[in-house]
Amino acid sequence: MVNLAGAISLIGGFPALAGVDLTVDDGEIVVLRGPNGAGKSTLLRLCAGLAPLNGGTGTILGHDLSSREERRRIRRETGLLAHQTFLYDELTVEDNIRFWAKANRADPSTVEPILDRLDLGGRLRTVKISDLSAGQRRRASVAVMVCRRPKIWLLDEPHAGLDQSGRDFIDDIVRHAVRFGATVIIASHDHERVSNLATRTVHLVGGMVTGAAEGRQEGKNAS
Amino acid sequence: MLRDAWLMASKDLRIEWATRVGMGQILPFGGLVLILFGLAISPDLAVAGSDGRSLLAQAAPGLFWITVLLASLLALGRSFAVESTDGNLDALKMAGLDPAGIFLGKSAAVAAQLLALQVILGIGAFVLYGPPLADLVLLSVIVILATLGISAAGTVYAALASGLTVRDTLVPLLVLPVVAPVLLAATKATEAAVYGPLDNGWSWAMLLGVFALLYAGVGMLAFGPIMEES
Repeated sequence: MVNLAGAISLIGGFPALAGVDLTVDDGEIVVLRGPNGAGKSTLLRLCAGLAPLNGGTGTILGHDLSSREERRRIRRETGLLAHQTFLYDELTVEDNIRFWAKANRADPSTVEPILDRLDLGGRLRTVKISDLSAGQRRRASVAVMVCRRPKIWLLDEPHAGLDQSGRDFIDDIVRHAVRFGATVIIASHDHERVSNLATRTVHLVGGMVTGAAEGRQEGKNAS
Repeated sequence: MLRDAWLMASKDLRIEWATRVGMGQILPFGGLVLILFGLAISPDLAVAGSDGRSLLAQAAPGLFWITVLLASLLALGRSFAVESTDGNLDALKMAGLDPAGIFLGKSAAVAAQLLALQVILGIGAFVLYGPPLADLVLLSVIVILATLGISAAGTVYAALASGLTVRDTLVPLLVLPVVAPVLLAATKATEAAVYGPLDNGWSWAMLLGVFALLYAGVGMLAFGPIMEES
């Protein structure tokens, strides 16, 4: 699914990733850990085909990251839940999800069940995104991800700003996605919570992988 | 491509309908500029050899198009502000929409908003400046073609600046020189539409059509690489 060897990614001339080696297999839930500025978000953006590969080699879902055309294919087959909502503040929840479903060429008949499944189907559907709480916005962003049905889910701090039920909800969605064949990579500071989900934890420091551990076991060397 | 263009245009117009920025802010801005031109140039000043027409009436076509250009800068900035504030440009890239379709859709939405503004600003210019009108059909064609040219060229450069923190100040610097030929041709054509001779007006209108096609063609080709870099 993900194969990176010595991957370097420059953001404004700064090496946000300085030679990352990482392999992620089908159906894994890999958690990225590391301090702020370690390169977790950039690694997710690289896997989404949004950040440039300036050195090393990398393939995502068999597509070469160094090719602009192949990066476009990667984008269509991956889903990124980032710090930004990727939603239009001025439009309602329903308008946003219908727009992104059409943009992503998703089956329009899936929109209603997804709105209901994510508790966005009641009065919330007509509320503008700008009037939602942080947790409700997160749910709307997740709804777009679910519509996309990506093969790889890239989640950047998915639990940030959510209450207990919101965090449980995200965990359920992740487990559900994996059950239906997706692979998940999560960057998170919420160690206790994500360690319950992870099949593997990868540690990043200074734009490089410094260690990895299977499940909850810590201290193994990087793969 | 046309499906993606329609999707983008309808989304942008829905956002405009929800926020009323065009009618609530850009239109009053254009109206104020028209009034300020009227205050700066006295209606009593006559131009020698112009059958007693006031300087304001004589300059009305140029003043109208400068007003439209200034208003279009706001509309263009707004068009890409909604894409860049919450990372939506990245989401558009991930959706795999045709870049040419995105360009056409965003240009069409800006053009539709500008056309609506120009109907009201045009009436305002006739009321405030008092020029005659020789041919309404020619004037309508000029307005449509010039608007297509301005929105196509402006969309390219607004996209170019959209990823930058200095985009608000950079967009006018990039757009105004590029649309200067449209301003010139639109002013000349409008002069002909209000004062005649009409043949001159149709020649300038054809030139505006060429500009619109040229800018649209360049935009469709360039928008993919521009989106990649922004």
